[in-house]
Order: sequence, then structure tokens, then C-alpha cells
Amino acid sequence: MTALRPHAEDQYAEELALLAAADDRNRPPGWRLSPHAVVTYLLGDGAKITPKYVGPRRLIEVAVATLATDRALLLLGVPGTAKTWVSEHLAAAISGDSTLLVQGTAGTAEESIRYGWNYARLLADGPSDAALVPSPVMRAMRLGSIIRLEELTRVPSDVQDALITILSEKTLPVPELNTEVQAERGFNLIATANDRDRGVNELSSALRRRFNTVVLPVPANADDEVEIVARRVAQLGRSLELPEVPEALDEIRRVVTIFRELRSGVTEDGRTKLKSPTGSLSTAEAISVITNGMALAAHFGDGTLHPGDVAAGILGAVVKDPVSDGVVWREYLETVVRERSDWLDFYRAARDA
Amino acid sequence: MPERLYGVRHHGPGSARAVVRELERQRPGVLLIEGPPEADDLVRWAADSGLNPPVALLGYAVDDPGRAAFWPFAVFSPEWQAISWAVRNGVPVRFFDLPYAYQMDLEGRVGRPVDPIGELAAAAGYDDPERWWEDVVEHRGVPVFAAIEEAMTAIRDTAEEDPSDLVREAHMRQVLREERRRHDDIAVVCGAWHVPALARKVPVKDDVALLKGRKKAKVAFTWVPWTYGRLASWSGYGAGVRSPGWYHHLFTAASDVVPRWLVDAAGVLRSEGVPTSSAHVIEATRLAEALATMRGRPLAGLTEVTEAAEAVMCDGEPLRTELIARRLVVGERLGTVPDEMPAVPLARDLAAQQKSVRLKPEPTERALDLDLRRDIDLRRSRLLHRLRTLDLAWGERTPGRRGTGTFREEWRICWQPEFAVRLVESSMWGTTVVSAATARVTRRAHAASTLAEVTELVEICLLADLPDAYPAVLAALDTRAALDADVHHLMAALPALARTLRYGDVRRTDVSGLSVVTAGLLGRICAGLPSAAGSLSDEAARDLRNGMDGVHQAVGLLADERLREQWLATISLLAMRPGLHGLPAGRLTRLLLDAGRLDSAEVRRRLRLPLTVGGSPANAAAWVEGFLAGGGLLLVHDEALLSLVDEWMADIPAESFEDVLPLLRRTFGGFDAGERRAIGERVARGVRGGGGVDAVVELDRERAVSVLPTLSALLGRGLGVRS
Repeated sequence: MTALRPHAEDQYAEELALLAAADDRNRPPGWRLSPHAVVTYLLGDGAKITPKYVGPRRLIEVAVATLATDRALLLLGVPGTAKTWVSEHLAAAISGDSTLLVQGTAGTAEESIRYGWNYARLLADGPSDAALVPSPVMRAMRLGSIIRLEELTRVPSDVQDALITILSEKTLPVPELNTEVQAERGFNLIATANDRDRGVNELSSALRRRFNTVVLPVPANADDEVEIVARRVAQLGRSLELPEVPEALDEIRRVVTIFRELRSGVTEDGRTKLKSPTGSLSTAEAISVITNGMALAAHFGDGTLHPGDVAAGILGAVVKDPVSDGVVWREYLETVVRERSDWLDFYRAARDA
Repeated sequence: MPERLYGVRHHGPGSARAVVRELERQRPGVLLIEGPPEADDLVRWAADSGLNPPVALLGYAVDDPGRAAFWPFAVFSPEWQAISWAVRNGVPVRFFDLPYAYQMDLEGRVGRPVDPIGELAAAAGYDDPERWWEDVVEHRGVPVFAAIEEAMTAIRDTAEEDPSDLVREAHMRQVLREERRRHDDIAVVCGAWHVPALARKVPVKDDVALLKGRKKAKVAFTWVPWTYGRLASWSGYGAGVRSPGWYHHLFTAASDVVPRWLVDAAGVLRSEGVPTSSAHVIEATRLAEALATMRGRPLAGLTEVTEAAEAVMCDGEPLRTELIARRLVVGERLGTVPDEMPAVPLARDLAAQQKSVRLKPEPTERALDLDLRRDIDLRRSRLLHRLRTLDLAWGERTPGRRGTGTFREEWRICWQPEFAVRLVESSMWGTTVVSAATARVTRRAHAASTLAEVTELVEICLLADLPDAYPAVLAALDTRAALDADVHHLMAALPALARTLRYGDVRRTDVSGLSVVTAGLLGRICAGLPSAAGSLSDEAARDLRNGMDGVHQAVGLLADERLREQWLATISLLAMRPGLHGLPAGRLTRLLLDAGRLDSAEVRRRLRLPLTVGGSPANAAAWVEGFLAGGGLLLVHDEALLSLVDEWMADIPAESFEDVLPLLRRTFGGFDAGERRAIGERVARGVRGGGGVDAVVELDRERAVSVLPTLSALLGRGLGVRS
């Protein structure tokens, strides 16, 4: 396969088959797996099934139960908390297809939620089924599968409203043809939104009411986060064919610690309060800082990940607003990093960065 | 029916319901309840309409109310339900646990070696014992006592025994034997853990041996109001329950537990202005049930309804989830106690203290003048300050009329009858004035949201002498200082702390710990000051100048070379910054000059700069004002400074002198007339004449030396005379 990044259902086809074979619980209509098996797929079983999401079990349970009760699911969280990742795997496990996707942008038009027209056909033959260009949502309704809507709050409000009928009556009227498309059983919608810029196009309360909300948090403890970062870095490194860099767990732990401390505004030992920078400092950013550092080490360095390789990356991730974040970073360097005797090399590297 | 043992879970609504039903069937002649026997007399209050749960039995040592314990009861506690049933039906009730008077001996006991419910839950494949108990007992409505007894017996057969449990159970068996002689029909309500021990046959002499030779303290008991919040955080008797509100609901809701709960949750949100429709409740109920099914639970429990409410009604807002947790899951219910109830220990402690400092509570207002150097007055002052932290304003500070001495405090004291109520309310904070005040201040420190609030608490800690509250207040101070982005707040907070540190004081308080926080505060000020000093209006510049003056003085008081160095380094950098407002710039130059950081040549250079063509006159005026302000008297006495200003003035070229003159006049106009005259006279006598102005003064060594002992005592350091 030459795709830069295979779909979840392809990459984990084996695990899905394994789960489906062993799954003897009730499957909701239109589902490939039982809710219980979907949860296992996401969280892993400690043996054959690898964990896709590391975090509280109850969140995934609520998400799956939501979809099983025919309610649309809204995944909220700061950027980089695996919202899209979770939605992709949910769709893959439930419908076996994660490709039905609408990317929400400020320019998302109603056609991508409802349907468009093939204008040549429309002019030649007039409105007909053949001239209709279905949106991914319409196709998901016909197929009875999960449709994913990325960045719902970026979609203009009037376009968002097109979802209301779809979600409450599970039907999409086509007045031009005097017909409608009714959703097959198994149809449902997973939307993701970023709660940092919630104000962009806040959902109307009518729409909001049709979603159950699950907030994906930042990882609860450092060990979880180190595990996530290490796992993803290894996967990314493989698929980007970066040269192997030997065990960099110490450096990963350091990056994770710095991100966690600045994000939560308090040092891990709970003794010192810190100011938090404006950026979100998500796990995803930690992953990219490490990947970036590994690329630097492999291509320009001696092949081992040194503090200097990650220092510049961290600085870039922390200081988003040059004035206020600069103060935060300096204060952190001088009051926290300098005091840690085993971080001396990093302190020097960071000061020079 | 001879005798029945009801093994319950303390504060378990299912157990409570079952106990009442069984009692109704059995109709025993006497009821024994696990609880302190000294409180037997208090049982009759359960019939009083003034006693409403949540309430607690409070037991304390009469000679030392600080040693106290609580036995809380909620409406859903099986013990409470049993007591109410007995009082309603005229059945005698006895508490039959080991007397509290003996138990004080057992203090420092370790917990039970085995968590019985945890064991059972683990055997059933649950990781959370609470949840398992909920599933198999509370949610089923009625537990089967026989089954519980069997399970507990199985666990206790293999478990290690807690020595204090053995003593308590020996006493319980003794009481049981005694009752058997009088009644045939006995009902026992106790923790499920104790049931096997009570059912077991044990020779009398073993129990007697165990109970022999116990020391007995004198204790007293009373009912006090309790809250669900305290019940949730309580970890003593019967273990705390994490969700009293939920249990209350389980106990009181007859049917439709989940929908009713979610309707209540919607009500909570609506009362806060969050639009929540019935459709929300419907969807939340569906989700809760789907979750329960998915997890294979017989009924949606608290976990499921909470998660459902969170996903459907709260839109992922943690604040709303917290609101539901606080209002519903924990609940804000406060119990009541009849007015005739005997006094609480806090009131007794206060009475004792009033006696010991000879200060009677009198309803007429009078003035009280305290000299803190006297021990009794110091104790009076502390007492008044402590009471004030409990919102019990017996004394009001009045501004001192006589001088500003730190050892004098003037009060107006006046006792008001409603203080008695305050005392009862405050008894939840502690059983003595000190412990209550400490708990209260600690709580306020945690809740404080601004730096000023916390600085005030630091002061309260000192005034009221609450050393135990100190760590919490200092931690809060550190936190607030870290989060407060406004350097002005930080600067405003520093001087008071420095004064406290330096003059540690008349009050003989221990101020260790404060120095670390103060140093941290200064560090933050130094980090933040440069960015706070940009583009200032005249007003802001004045604030900044005042703030920096305060910090500078405080740094002087701290007498820590490292901190002084840090501060001076910061302001030297700041003083050189181009574009800094004249007022602080002038001020900083002056501070640096005084600190010996700049020599007079450099200062003269800097003095000249603002007055050159490049600078605006307003800025120059501000600069000169900053440099000289408040220094009238200093100019009279500080030879070096006066000569510096004098030289600089003489250096001003004739053509620009007229421009500078009004600026100088403005600054000098701010000095007292007397100061101006003294400066004038000083200059008239000639400034630059060889260092000194006057002729060298002849010192009478004998007389000069005679003041040294007194001076040494005042300054706290040895002084000598160089020959």
C-alpha cells in the first residue's frame, strides 16, 4: 500500500475481524459490532487488540452508548486531544467505513450536507434523480452508516441548521423531486468541535439539544501521556520512514512533563504555581515536537535525540504570542528548569534556542 | 422471635428501608444500636420536631473539648431509621458500643485490616466496592440480612482482626448478655462487620478480661446540626458516603428513581438559567439506561445518571457538572437541633477562655485598651481576633487615639445574644475557638480569589495567632501571587509581609515559611516589573512609583543580600530603559544612588539628560520630581545629595536655565516651607566647602559613649567606639 496514511478500517482490519468473530452480544441494527466490542476495540484488551485511545473508559462508554441510542455525538476538546482519531475509529468499528466525512470550514456550503446538482444534467433534463449529486451525509443515510463532521463550530450557522431535520427526523427531503431520503438503520453522526474557539459559530440550542456531548480531556497523568506520545511517535516514524532513533524515552518524558506543567499551571510535584501560555500544548503537539526532534537528530545530528533537538521545537510550541508567552517561558526556565539539577543540559539548550 | 441481628451498611438507604420493615415485623422489646452508650439520654430528642437530620452525636472530653468525635446520622441511615421507629413505638433504645469514654484510649487505631465490602466486590468481579454494594444491595431495595451475615462470616474467618474491634465487640456482647436477662425479644442494629462476632459463642470471662482495666475519661454528649457536605467528606465513624444526596434520593423516591433524579438535575440547571427541556431529561434517561445495559448493571446507578446528565444536559461544561454534583449528589441539606439542646463544646471552650482572660460577655458596650506587652492583654487580643474570624464580632477595633505604637490595641466590645447561635453554627468548624478559627481561616485561604484577600489572612493569622492555619495561608499566598498577573497587586502585598518578617513582633509569632514566600513574591515582581513599566500615563506612573518605593523599603527591611541584589539588578536595568516615564525613571535613579549603585558623576550625567533638547519639559519635570520628591529633609542633611543637585544646577547653561527653573520650582514647591528655608540656609552657608559644612564639631567622648548601651539595646547589635 502506498497511501501515506491508511484508513483505520484497513490498518486494523485484522483486529476488527477478530472482534467480530468473537462477538456474541447484541448488535444494534446496522452495526458491525456490539457496543461492548466497539469499546474493546477503542480501548484494547491488553492482548491482541491494541488500545487506540488511552483515557477514561467511561468517556468511550458514554460515546458508544450515545450512538447506540440513536443520538448524535459531539466530541469536544482542545486541539490535539484525539477527537478526530476517536471519531474515525468509532466509525470504522461501527460501520466498517470511516471515509464518509465532511470537513467543516467557514466555506462549507449546504450542498456538502444536503445535496448538490450536476448542472449539465439539470439544464439538459431538468431535475431528476440522475442530476442529483448526493452529499456524504446523504450517502451515509442511504447506507445506514456513520457520517463524520469535522470542526462543526467552523461551519456557518445557516449551514449547521440543515442538520436539525436530519438529526431529529432522520430524513432529508428533496422538495425539487418531491421525494425524500430516509436514513437506514445504523445511520448516525459524529461531530467534532474545538472548545478553544467555541465562539466562532456557536451551535444553536436547537441543534445542541440533538447532540450528546463528550469532552475529551488532556491525559490525566504523565505516564499515560508518555505512553501515548511514544506510541504515536513510533507509528509516525515508521510511516514517514524516518531513520530509527534509539530509545528517546527520557527526552519524551521531559517534553511531556514541560507540556503538562505549563498546561496545568502547576509543577508535577504540586509545589510551584506557574502561568500558562496561550497555546493549548496538547499531546498532539508533544508528538510533533518529538517527531521533529527525531528528524533533526537523524538527518543533521548524530542519530541520538539530544536536548537541543527538542528545545527549539518546545519554544515554538509554547511561545505562540511573543510578548506574554515569552514572559511565561522565561519565568518557567528560570524558576523551574534551572532548579532541576539533571535538566542542566536542557536548560542551556533552551536558553540558547 | 428471640433475637435478631441486623447487619447494615452505615448510611445505606437500602439497609435503612430493610431495617424498618423487619422491625415492623419483629416488634422487639428492646433495640440495641451501635453507638456510644453515654448518648442514651439523648435518644428521646429523636421525637422532638426540632431535631432534623442530618445531625450528629458529638462526644467530647469535658476537660478538653479539643478531643471530640462525631457520630453523624442522615435520614437514610439505618441507625436513624431504627431510632425513629423505636421512639415512635415506645420501644426502649440502647447504644451498646464500647463507651466513648473508653475509646479515647484507643486513639491512633489503624483501620480494619480488610475492607469487607471490597473483598466481596472483588469476588464478584467489581473494581469499585461502592458500586458493587449499590448493585447487589441498595438498588435491589431490600438486602437479605441472613445473606449478608453469611458473607461477612466467610470474610472474617480468614481476615486479620483489628484489636480495637475485638474490644468493642466484647463490650457489645456483654450488653447483649445483660439485655437477654431482661428481654426475650431483642433487635440489634450494627455494622455488618460486627454481626458474626456477636452471633459467635464466646465465654464471658474472655470478654471481661478484655474489658478490664480500661481508663475512663469524663465525656459529655450532645446533638449538633450536620450537613451533607460534611457527611461526604467525613472519614471517621461508619466511613463517609461520597454521595449523600443520591442516597437521600434513593431513600425518599418511591419509584422512577432515574427519571426523578434527572428531573431534579434539570431543575438545578434551570435555576441557574441554563435552558433545559423535558426532551433533555428524556434523552438523558435513555442514555443512562443504555449505559447501564451496556455495563450489565441491574439499574442505572449514580455513575450512569451523572454521565448521562453530563453528556446530554451539560454540553460538556464542567461547571454545570460540578453544580449538579454540589447541589444534588452531595446536597446542601443542613440539619437542625432544638433550641433547648445542651451547649456545644465550642461555647464551653469560649466560656473557659473568657474566664481565663477575665473578660466577661456583657451586653453593654465598653471600650477596652490593650497593651500587648502584657501577657493577659495579648491573650485577650488573640481571643477577640479569633472570634472575628468566626464572624463573631464581639470586639470592634477602633482606630488608635494615642500614637501609632505597635503594642497598643483599642477595642469596643459588646456581647450580643445572637452570638450563641453563631457559636452553634461555628461548632462545625471545630470544638475549640482556636481549632474553629484555624479551620475557618484555612477554608477562606483555599477559597480566596485575590491576592489582597490572602494578604489580609496572613495578617489575621498573626493577629489571632493561628500557626496551624499558616501553611494553608502561605500556600494560598504563593498560588495567588503566581496567578496574579498585575505587578501592582504583588507590589502592594510585599511591604506588609516584609514588615511582619522584620518586626516578627510584639506578638512573638513564628514567621518561618513566610520568608520563602516573600522571596518568591519578590522574584515574581522582578520578573514582571519591566513589562509593567511600559507606556505609562501620569497616573499609572505615580502608582508605579509608589509601588516601587514600597518594595524598595520592604527589600531594605528584609535584610537579605541576595534579594537586595536581585531587586537592585532589576531596577538598574529598568532605570536605563529609554522611553520610561520620567517619574519612575527619576525615582529609580535616586534609589540606585542611595543604594550606592551609581556614583555621583553618573547621576549627574543622568540628571542632565532629561533636560536636554531631546526631552519634553513635562517629562523633565516628572524626572526631577521623581528624583527629589519627598526628600526635602534629606537634602538638608545629606551633604552628598545636596552638593550633587547644587553642582548640577550650576552646570545648567544660562540659556536653558530659564526653561528648567519652573520645573524645579514645581518640585521644591512640594516641600514644607520649613524644609525649603533650611535648604536655602544650607546652600547660603556654602555647600562645597571641603566636605563638611560646619566647622568640625568637638565631641565629648565621655558623654557620647554613655548613650551606646541604650542604642545597642534598641538596635539589637553591639556598638563600640572607634578610637
